[in-house]
Amino acid sequence: MSNFYTDNPDLQAALRRLDLARVVRLREDDYRQAGEFAYAPRDFEDAVDSYERTLAIVGDIAGEFVEPRAEDVDRAGSELVDGEVCYAPGIAQGLERLKQADLMGITLPRKYGGLNFPISVSVMIVEMVSRADPSLMNIFGLQDIAETVNKFADEDMKATYLPQFASGEVTASMALTEPEAGSDLQNVQLKATQADDGTWRLNGVKRFITNGCGQLSLVLARSEEGTTDARGLSMFLYERDEHMRIRRLEDKLGIHGSPTCELQFDDAPALLVGERRRGLTTYVMSLMNGARLAIAAQAQGIAEAAWRAAAKYARERVQFGAPIGELTAVRAMLADMKVSLEAARALLYETALIVDMKEVLEQRIAQITAPGSAAGEPSAAGPLGGADDLKALRAELKKYTRLAALFTPLAKACCTEMANNVAYESLQVHGGSGYMRDFAVERHSRDARITNIYEGTTQLQVVAAIGGVLGGTLAAQLDEYDAEDFGATPELLERVQRARARLAGAIARVREQDDVRYRDFHARRLVEMAIDVSCGYLMLHAAQDDARKLLAARYFVDAMTARVAAAATQVVAGDPAVLDALSQLGSI
Amino acid sequence: MPQLRIVVLVKQVPDTANVTGDAMKEDGTVNRAALPAVFNPEDLNALEEALRLKVRHGARVTVVTMGPPAAVQVLRESLYRGADEVILLTDKAFAGADTLATSYALSLAVRKLGGCDLVLCGRQAIDGDTAQVGPQTAEKLGYPQITCVSRIDELVAPADVAHGAVTATRSIEGGFETLASSLPCLLTITGEANEPRPASVKLVMTYKGIAAEAMPDYDDTYLDPESDAAEVCMLGRDGKPVCRAKVVQWDHLALEADREALGLRGSPTRVKEIESVVLAQSEARMVEADEAGVAALVHELIEEHILG
Repeated sequence: MSNFYTDNPDLQAALRRLDLARVVRLREDDYRQAGEFAYAPRDFEDAVDSYERTLAIVGDIAGEFVEPRAEDVDRAGSELVDGEVCYAPGIAQGLERLKQADLMGITLPRKYGGLNFPISVSVMIVEMVSRADPSLMNIFGLQDIAETVNKFADEDMKATYLPQFASGEVTASMALTEPEAGSDLQNVQLKATQADDGTWRLNGVKRFITNGCGQLSLVLARSEEGTTDARGLSMFLYERDEHMRIRRLEDKLGIHGSPTCELQFDDAPALLVGERRRGLTTYVMSLMNGARLAIAAQAQGIAEAAWRAAAKYARERVQFGAPIGELTAVRAMLADMKVSLEAARALLYETALIVDMKEVLEQRIAQITAPGSAAGEPSAAGPLGGADDLKALRAELKKYTRLAALFTPLAKACCTEMANNVAYESLQVHGGSGYMRDFAVERHSRDARITNIYEGTTQLQVVAAIGGVLGGTLAAQLDEYDAEDFGATPELLERVQRARARLAGAIARVREQDDVRYRDFHARRLVEMAIDVSCGYLMLHAAQDDARKLLAARYFVDAMTARVAAAATQVVAGDPAVLDALSQLGSI
Repeated sequence: MPQLRIVVLVKQVPDTANVTGDAMKEDGTVNRAALPAVFNPEDLNALEEALRLKVRHGARVTVVTMGPPAAVQVLRESLYRGADEVILLTDKAFAGADTLATSYALSLAVRKLGGCDLVLCGRQAIDGDTAQVGPQTAEKLGYPQITCVSRIDELVAPADVAHGAVTATRSIEGGFETLASSLPCLLTITGEANEPRPASVKLVMTYKGIAAEAMPDYDDTYLDPESDAAEVCMLGRDGKPVCRAKVVQWDHLALEADREALGLRGSPTRVKEIESVVLAQSEARMVEADEAGVAALVHELIEEHILG
């Protein structure tokens, strides 16, 4: 009996620590939906009970059904037969299972058949499915696309397509990347042309499209002839028909169960989503941010699996007359893995909560400002109590929008790099056996490798985060952390604060230098320090009433402060001349 | 067209699949307190077959269990998976029932429901392993039965052919046997038949707090979406309205049962003696993994009439 929720105390604790009361209250219109839908919660306690039950069901499906099929899925991969993609049997069965459990519209509104769960809970679900099989998660996790449709499409489109997502009738893809437009999406060439009757047709090629065989695709296309930049791009919803051909499937290092397609559109009819010209600037950015959080969770799940594999192997493998797990060198590797896993998880769910806040504030403001909306009546006892005035809500939204824009790339960079490190170390613990396909760890290593590449490489996450790190957003959030009560761990707090001071010194140094090249050179170090210091506070926070966590926090802070000191030293006192050497050192 | 009616008989059992050290008392009887109560595994297979038939033929699936009030949990689990109607038979008078008394009560419940087209139950329960309750219930109802079914090949609903028909394949020693029967019919289902579906989280949220209600008169109008008594709680995957179910509770009076045929009084089975058998390894021998070693072993097994 294997249940990926009930066997994971750290994940359960993460749910307990999430301060979701306000998020859920807003999402549930102050629990008014309970009258309308039998499965809507009556109050916060009822909601959390439902989340826990749901997580236990997902944990069971992941542990008992998905994970046992993951090896076969990895071996079988997907196949292209007569222009159609055949999933590995385990993928098709896993999807059917998740569909039967009604998990295909986790965050969608109930009126479209969704569960209306907070994003934080959906991230936990993604983490568990990924621990079992990250390639299944890719297809399952693409339900995120429905969230974008929900946010930006008109009511007709939503009413037509969202129930299909929620019932699991359709799977979907996001068709953004092209041969010449990878990280640089403003270079997208696929053409959208509008006929006289107003209908749109797509022509061109998309590459590296996960689940491009799905019945629905969100396609980024150039709708404005003669443009070359982001503002000439719009978003289209394409429903699979004979006008799109799957030209090939990629042969990949990992996530073999997830088909990566090259698509050719020939006069394919499609529907415009939202407004023209906002495809990349608004919609894809929103889509990407959701997807980045999901990939962070995917990495988190892979890391969990890899650490467990190592811990199990180290306990069972006897050398020199004892399990290798009793050797200090191996013990330290396992502790490093587990503690970095926990620190990343703390940042992941902190980020999820921030994104949840941003989403519900957006929704609430939209409700209030919608013309003729019943929610618009100025209510003294609105869902926010006394604070339910527009000005305060907008100020708060601004804060959470900034935080989400900073923390999403931080979490993505942190979790995906951590997952690669953990998978690497796990394989190392396995020694020669880990290099063989008999053990799952080589699969975890291959699967982890994509996470810090797709949905924006770590290098792009650094670009996305550096503004918030250098500007005031990070500092403001760290101030808030600092104001919390860390009474149980004063000496650890002091160490975290010292690390924060070093980070502040490094930031000040880069700002003083006022040199783009210098900033770009040290950006990665600054972002890593920002991750480390944030995780330090979050680990301390979790340690306040948890003796086991206190040990983990102590271990984390010890290593983290040393890392931050080293990185800060390089930023503050490094040799500026090395910058000039860059171009000569790395090129051929 | 009359709707196909399927009744699934289920049982809550101690989880003997996950036995811990204190699973058995000193006297060799099951220590129920030490074992968590679970849905009898093959009954879940029976429910799954019913739910699949519901998708294909639009049936109403009614789940019946007999047990203590805590057995309501298996009925909740049935609702989580898509059962339409659930009945709890609970009464002190039912306590201590053997297979005879149990099948008597269950058959009365099926009659009270007005009979049905198909009764499905697990082949056997993991606590008693008798495999008797299904067959005995069929006898008492006067329904034909097909036991140990690993596959339902075809079902023709009563509307299409006068009485309807079912074809099912059963596992027998050394192979399979495919039988056809008219309806109504009782089938006992084995674990080979399917992999039971998980709970739907929507239905879990809908029914997690549901409690049993004593409703001695059978009245199912609340299951008709058109009726005033119905409370439509969501649209099903087929887009049809789902009516909120109730856990209907019946006692022996509701069943109009003969008190003497129920529970301990109606159970002729007595446990005379329990022998605690400890299977200890008495002898072990290593056999060389080569032609000669294996040949010698086979020869010896034939000599001792273990093989051949």
